[in-house]
Amino acid sequence: MNPQVLTLILGRIGVAVVTLLIVSLIVFAATEMLPGDVVQILLGQAATPEAVAGLRQAMNLDQPAIMRFAGWLGGLAQGDLGHSYANRMAVAELIGGRLANTLKLAALTAGFSVPIALMLGITTAIWRGSLFDRAVSSIVVAVISVPEFLVATLAVLVFAVWLGWLPALSFGGDTSDIWAVLRAYAMPVITLSFVVSAQMIRMTRAAVIETLKAPYVEMAFLKGASRSRMVLRHALPNAIGPIVNAMALSLSYLLGGVIIVETIFNYPGIAKLMVDAVSTRDLPLIQGCAMIFCLGYLTLITIADVVAILANPRLRH
Amino acid sequence: MTLAQIRDLRVGATTDSGRKVQIIRGVSLDIAPGEIVALIGESGSGKTTIALSLMGHCRPGCHIASGSVMVDGVDMATAPERQRAALRGTTVAYVPQSAAAAFNPATRLIDQVIEVARIHDLMPMDQARAKAVEVFRALALPDPETIGDRYPHQVSGGQLQRLAAAMALIGDPKLVIFDEPTTALDVTTQIEVLRAFKSVMKAGGMAGVYVSHDLAVVAQIADRIVVLKGGEVQEEGTADQILHRATHPYTKSLLAAFHPAPRATAVAPSKTVAALEVQNVTAGYGMGRDGQPRKIALENVSCRLDKGRNLGVIGESGSGKSTLARAIAGLLPPVKGRIMLDGHLMEPSSRARSKEDLRRLQIVFQLADTALNPAQSVGDIIGRPLTFYHGTKGAARQARVAQLLDMVRLPQAMRHRLPGELSGGQKQRVNLARALAADPEVILCDEITSALDTVVAASVIELLKDLQRDLNLSYVFISHDLSTVEAICDEVMVMHHGRVVETLPADRLTQARDPYSKLLFSSVPQLDTGWLDRMPLRAAI
Repeated sequence: MNPQVLTLILGRIGVAVVTLLIVSLIVFAATEMLPGDVVQILLGQAATPEAVAGLRQAMNLDQPAIMRFAGWLGGLAQGDLGHSYANRMAVAELIGGRLANTLKLAALTAGFSVPIALMLGITTAIWRGSLFDRAVSSIVVAVISVPEFLVATLAVLVFAVWLGWLPALSFGGDTSDIWAVLRAYAMPVITLSFVVSAQMIRMTRAAVIETLKAPYVEMAFLKGASRSRMVLRHALPNAIGPIVNAMALSLSYLLGGVIIVETIFNYPGIAKLMVDAVSTRDLPLIQGCAMIFCLGYLTLITIADVVAILANPRLRH
Repeated sequence: MTLAQIRDLRVGATTDSGRKVQIIRGVSLDIAPGEIVALIGESGSGKTTIALSLMGHCRPGCHIASGSVMVDGVDMATAPERQRAALRGTTVAYVPQSAAAAFNPATRLIDQVIEVARIHDLMPMDQARAKAVEVFRALALPDPETIGDRYPHQVSGGQLQRLAAAMALIGDPKLVIFDEPTTALDVTTQIEVLRAFKSVMKAGGMAGVYVSHDLAVVAQIADRIVVLKGGEVQEEGTADQILHRATHPYTKSLLAAFHPAPRATAVAPSKTVAALEVQNVTAGYGMGRDGQPRKIALENVSCRLDKGRNLGVIGESGSGKSTLARAIAGLLPPVKGRIMLDGHLMEPSSRARSKEDLRRLQIVFQLADTALNPAQSVGDIIGRPLTFYHGTKGAARQARVAQLLDMVRLPQAMRHRLPGELSGGQKQRVNLARALAADPEVILCDEITSALDTVVAASVIELLKDLQRDLNLSYVFISHDLSTVEAICDEVMVMHHGRVVETLPADRLTQARDPYSKLLFSSVPQLDTGWLDRMPLRAAI
């Protein structure tokens, strides 16, 4: 690998770290601006002013915001996300289990939707303009236009209520055998796959079709290459960059944007945790969740950038 | 006995606006085995479309409307796609115009060269590789054993063009289509590539179709020349007939454009103040730590342009000639040296120059397509510098725009049109009118005729001469094309690797002393079928 590539990749990672710092500041500032006072909520209406002041001091809330930000950032650097205001538990502990759940759901959805999206994106590009292409494209546009809560609700209505094939709630059910687990995950995974793969299919198809216009693809055609050889050998290797970027953008949604799906299927993921935290003004928990979302997003985007750099033969050789 | 036979070919196309037009109107053509036929014509003449029809291929938006294209007994116009695909690469092969774009950047060269053998299952891969090395050797490529292991960006343009030919020859085709294969190359490279093509074609006894707009190039390689215009055959004959005994007026105009009328009335060089003087200018790209550019593109360049005279700057790609224009215009401020306009020192950067300095020195860029704002009407494009430099507004501006359009021989009605609606030559005239709007004294012309067809380019040169006579202008004329430079310039400065090689009076180019300028001048193809064979051999680049 040449040093230029290494510099480029290290540069990308550096940018990601700086972005994370900026986001941490924005997240902190945004939570500061949330209306309501956590001490008032904790102590209730009947609290005496002395009790409120005492608790505020105990929670370090009387310090200026900038000091608290510095303290929080310092803790963050050591892996300490602070303690929840609501129940005094460590934020890391609260998030830990939920994050594992969310990652499980995200991994399952990615494992299910990425191969399907790639396959459909590439095949529609190969048979562009065919009945198959038009059918897939129409369905994809329809799926993009339907909000996910509708997909989720319809899925519950059809599969859980009418047909009774699948459990309506994902959590708290039977996890004794693999079949039960699959059944529990089926609906959230399918709903999420609908949302993320629609975008991936469109972007893959567009990226491949764009490279199909390149002169070297026409050259391959004039060498007698078949349509599939033109796409797989000549267009696809040059479309990796945009495709991976589209994938990363779609998949990053799985980490932060799954709140509706988690709520409808009562899935104990991290997005649901964050919404609960907002309702109790649990600032450390909100901040911790936001940072995790941001970290996941940045990781995916950085991976996509690095893959795009490595896929470029001009940089690789 | 013919190898390929085109009969009454008609190709239809649908334009962007949905209009249906016929771009090939009843063309018939025969190609004998082993014969090289040149299709010559300007852009839009249909030469590439006809050549591609021999492969049973039409570019998107086009379709073969009627007629037959028999190649080796198969009608490429009507045969099923499977049968046509089987002939591509094996019976008919294609050498593209820009090899740089025709190679997949993500795959090794050798895999692309032998892909034809893989697709059609012609031979085992080891054998194909060995054969490729043989072809590389025949095409005089350096390191024939290992050059295939590289990626397209790792070899030069001239090498890529020969590799593209190797890619076409690997399947032992009976007919090879060359689509302007040397247009993108420098003249000194072109001569080597042409020689390589010619010897390989002769040795293999292959027939060829050579598509080009350059009669001199075609004269070196073709047995027969077909002159096309507007999708119709104008004249057809052996290379000698077309070059020396052309009968059709269009062929004659093509031949005439090759030798533009030399500059008639040159003003004698004055001893007084020069219109433009460049003294020891050094410039480059990317700023290093020590205040010096990381990549030097111009080194210690000096030149002088007298009032009413023209300086030609000639060189191959990468010689720094366009950088010189950018440095003079202040777009790339020189790090060293001085630029004097009419005896008065100008700031290095255009941003620091006074409006008056900017007005007196104008630049016209090569690609009118990118230099003209596609969203502004022609009247607006020409009117803006009028307001900027002279504060002309309203009816006065309208009247001046009309005058300027008149000067560049464009009709008044064109002021309401958008650049996208004009032809290449018309756009270049608008580009010129915009520079004239400032009332300049010196105009830097950066390859302004390079993207134009020969006949159109010749008319733009004539226009420049007329304007010079009427407006007392001085031009710095930058080009890679020696004949256009000769046609308009009093002096010619040869550049190579960012340095001035030699400056010569335009009428005494034959007296060049520097070996590089000699090589450059002698590499320009002549309208003479024996020119290439007489040229002495030179080490491959």
